[in-house]
Amino acid sequence: MEIQTKVYARRLAEWAADKPEVLVLSADLTSSVEVDVFQKRYPDRFLSMGMTEQNMHSLAGGLAREGFLPFIHTFAVFIYRRAYDQICDSIAYPNLPVRMVGFLPGVLTPGGITHQAIEDVAVLRALPNLTILEVGDATEIESVLDVSRSIKGPIYLRMLRGEVPRLFATDEPFVFNKARQITRGDDVTLFSSGVSTEEAMRATSVLRERGVSINHLHISTLKPFTDPAVVEAAAAARHGVITLENHSIIGGLGTCVAEVMAEHGVGKKLMRLGLPDVFAHGASRPYLMREYGLDALALVRGVERLLGQSLNISEADLNAVRLQEVHSASKAEAL
Amino acid sequence: MTASPSPTATWQTEATRVAAGIRRRVLEHVLRHNGGYMSQACSSAELFAALYTRIMKLGPSIAPAVPLPFAGVPSATNPHAFTGAGYNGPKAPDLDRFIFSPAHYALVLYATLIETGRMAPEGLAQFNQDGSTVEMIGAEHSPGCEVTSGSLGQAISQAAGIALARKRRGETGRTWVMLTDGEFQEGQTWEAFEVLSAYKLDRVGVYVDVNGQQCDGRMEDVLNIEPIAEKLAAFGARVVSVDGHDLDALAAPAELEPDGRPLVVLAYTDPCRCLEPMRARAPKLHYLRFTSPDERAVYQAFYETLLTGTKE
Repeated sequence: MEIQTKVYARRLAEWAADKPEVLVLSADLTSSVEVDVFQKRYPDRFLSMGMTEQNMHSLAGGLAREGFLPFIHTFAVFIYRRAYDQICDSIAYPNLPVRMVGFLPGVLTPGGITHQAIEDVAVLRALPNLTILEVGDATEIESVLDVSRSIKGPIYLRMLRGEVPRLFATDEPFVFNKARQITRGDDVTLFSSGVSTEEAMRATSVLRERGVSINHLHISTLKPFTDPAVVEAAAAARHGVITLENHSIIGGLGTCVAEVMAEHGVGKKLMRLGLPDVFAHGASRPYLMREYGLDALALVRGVERLLGQSLNISEADLNAVRLQEVHSASKAEAL
Repeated sequence: MTASPSPTATWQTEATRVAAGIRRRVLEHVLRHNGGYMSQACSSAELFAALYTRIMKLGPSIAPAVPLPFAGVPSATNPHAFTGAGYNGPKAPDLDRFIFSPAHYALVLYATLIETGRMAPEGLAQFNQDGSTVEMIGAEHSPGCEVTSGSLGQAISQAAGIALARKRRGETGRTWVMLTDGEFQEGQTWEAFEVLSAYKLDRVGVYVDVNGQQCDGRMEDVLNIEPIAEKLAAFGARVVSVDGHDLDALAAPAELEPDGRPLVVLAYTDPCRCLEPMRARAPKLHYLRFTSPDERAVYQAFYETLLTGTKE
């Protein structure tokens, strides 16, 4: 698998070159959220806001009212938990084109409860006017900024940093509100988002070898959630539907799928895999994904439960885990 | 509509008339509806009058004299949503902007717009009526409002964003913010001052109604925040404390040449100014609602004396 490094850092700087209206706001985590390249290239368009997250969100609303295109960058958790009221009144209500780029969603950070955004989609999905996007690989990081051009209102974007795999061909960019077909099958329909798609891909080929075909769709637009392909895929599943997400099972992808299935009268079993309504803690990504049932093996066990049979798949059978150092060349500090 | 001042009248004469009109209109409203934010009008009448007649460089209103009904919330599918900024004139590089923070002072702002000829008096009849923009707690569609600020502490940051944008464009117009002392209990206000100072946004001027009151009573008793001036100075602001009922004192700091620091005028005010009967209710002054016909009669009688005092 091709691994890319600092994709967002490079892409943002390149993309913003001919867009003088783009201003980048950072809350003291500039290299941690990959806006250091932009800062070096366009120091005049880089606004250091210090740790004033509430102020930063309202201020971005003011900039947007004046015709600028502000990009807020910090850890996902500090966007919605710290500044929800400001996002609501200063950005979402007036439907202003502020881009909130949240890094280290879910259990991607070893920073523990205070740093882990496990219910961000749940909280923000309830906010009118807001669009919610989540990238799953390097190709989506590279293409999501172009997608953002067509969205006039505010966007919350679950972003990936550091070493990121390329799962999707470069000529198959992020398409707004359109599920991405990964594998076709008719036994189980699987919806995954963000890093969960990489995990799911480790399992689906092994499942196929054991005679279980998976209709796997990757979701990168969480709001709106109106792609008819989702309902069609859910309805076509022989044994049921599984969702896999790096988020609480409440309010995220699993809930989005449940809602559209119920609204369309799709009477299939739905299994939501994600953080089972519990807080996480500080540990490595593979450890936490195993502990909370977000990894490839958890998906296999989920398929087994749905089918009511054991498939005799062990960890050794799954495609190799992509080992990622917590401290790496791309990010010296884990945070 | 009130008559225009004669050409020979000083701005202070006009501002005095406006301030008296603000208090009278708000009291009239409170009497008619048995409730309203009365003490806020008493404390800030001169502050609003000075801002609108002397301090702010605004063009004439470009909004309908009688406010339009609510056109729906802003959204991707509603092209009709609007703000109330037009009552403060057009937006232009050399003109000032007014960002109104304490949204519960909306009635005071509406009364000011009427007294300064920016809104028709009948507009106030829509106050708090269903489907109207003349809301009790002003939002960005309400007359004179440009941002949504009812959650206190947000307007100052939004104003900082607007001022930062204007500075980047080299605009000379100033951005005035009207705040209240209670908002200094909010952490966001201090975050905003960190940024206003660091970015040297000296074309931001903040007028604060320091009436010492909040919903629960006297700020001193609820949660003391004084000394505000010293705290703000330590945050890098240029602070001037004035008697908030002295028009000349209110207007003078706006004449200072900007020096790199955001300007803050702390207008110390009396929440019962010109409404003596209200002192009996202290320290609960946040919202006036009569508890008996007798109490109402006292205010009604006081209102009659105001009417004879201000000729229309």
